[in-house]
Amino acid sequence: MMNTQTLAYGDVAVGDKLPPLKIDITSGLITGAAIATRDFTPVHHEKWAAQAGGLPDVFMNILTSNGFMGRFVTDWAGPDSTIKGVSLKLGAPNLPGFVMTVTGEVKAKDDYSGIVEVAVEGENNVWGTHMSGTVKIELPKEA
Amino acid sequence: MTPEERKDLEEKIHAFVGREVSAPTRGLDDVNAPMIRHYCEVLGDENPVYTDAGFAEKSSKGGLIAPPTMLQVWSMEGYPMCQEPEMDVQRELHKVFDDSGFIGVLGTNTTSEYYRDLRPGDQVTTHCVIDSISEQKATARGIGYFIETLYTFTDQNDEEIGKLVFRVLKFIPNDSNEADASDDSGDDGMPETPSRIASPRGHDNAWWWEAVDNGAVLIQRCKSCKTLRHPPRPMCGECQSMEWDSIESSLDGEVFSFTQIHYPKFPGYPYPLVIGVISLSEGTRLIANIVGCEPEDVTIGMKVKGKVEQVDEKTMLPQFYPLPVDKK
Ligand SMILES: [Zn+2]
Repeated sequence: MMNTQTLAYGDVAVGDKLPPLKIDITSGLITGAAIATRDFTPVHHEKWAAQAGGLPDVFMNILTSNGFMGRFVTDWAGPDSTIKGVSLKLGAPNLPGFVMTVTGEVKAKDDYSGIVEVAVEGENNVWGTHMSGTVKIELPKEA
Repeated sequence: MTPEERKDLEEKIHAFVGREVSAPTRGLDDVNAPMIRHYCEVLGDENPVYTDAGFAEKSSKGGLIAPPTMLQVWSMEGYPMCQEPEMDVQRELHKVFDDSGFIGVLGTNTTSEYYRDLRPGDQVTTHCVIDSISEQKATARGIGYFIETLYTFTDQNDEEIGKLVFRVLKFIPNDSNEADASDDSGDDGMPETPSRIASPRGHDNAWWWEAVDNGAVLIQRCKSCKTLRHPPRPMCGECQSMEWDSIESSLDGEVFSFTQIHYPKFPGYPYPLVIGVISLSEGTRLIANIVGCEPEDVTIGMKVKGKVEQVDEKTMLPQFYPLPVDKK
């Protein structure tokens, strides 16, 4: 659930853990989000195309994974925060029927810019780490 | 690949570095509230500054903004991606790799920076260059090269609003048969079912798999203290000797632990699929399939007997049957 109160920079400490987010991966999510990100590459909506590449079914596109990195951190930080960057390393694909659990922890703070670095990891219950990386988010000095 | 072929390939690919992939292109749609709402709906993003104009107005944003992670969305070409794509510099580069056998492609990283929040009405223009190509690397997927493509995004005032580095691995698949399967369509146009994932063979364990290919399961033995060990590795954990030989296992054993794989079902594997940790009578343990009985009948401690069998066109594996063994 979205936090509608924005965290202030001073409220956050290195080592803080974010509330985990569970995402049920379905064909609808994979294909719907591929289309919502305007990614019509066949492997994200056409099962035979995914199978031709050696996977059993359609799989989540990168733009969606990147979107979940951002959503996960703004759910925690609140609406007045500002995402400044996402670095994303891709691992095992997300397929229909999997459940991805996203977790995160504050890794660094920069007092000058008010930017907080959050390490994020999305792990699916079948093949392990789907995504890992860092989201940089600017928080207001005062809430 | 001979050193000459490699040199030739590297000359060709490095000539692409710094080249513009296509002329700067303005997005088909400017930043707009309906596409933002659609994106948030599917991703379950309830941040009100993206979709609730009244809330956004009163917030520090002063009005609706797009999720920053949508930046690249404004540049996508859309449904034509389904069809045979037009040749551009990026696809030309991929073709150079393909022609040398580097047919695999895998997106490995994206790094995005967002310089400001975008609002409905903003125009996004994308500039794209081949930024770098790595040295040849040995990866888990196979030998390959990392290509980094740099996207720079500008707005209606020619101000930079963000950038994206997209890193892709072009590689020779380790299991080249798997890749061949994609070109090898059957009569109904469906791809052929892939066979099992090939055993990974390296410097320290290839000898073990080669023995399996010839019907024997070997157990590595330290030459100085005679301790048996499995899986294969260079050094004895007891006495640190690196001298070793091996004995052949009788394949008598019992189930130490097991699991059944339900989902996802991998093409090329028989189901139900039970994987066991087998305690061999020699004392080491081995991971192998348990076959010849219903999964419900497998129990911890069950006595089993192994046989090395051909399980598909190109794979020999030890498999374990409950006792008594069916002699064929
Ligand atoms: Zn020893």
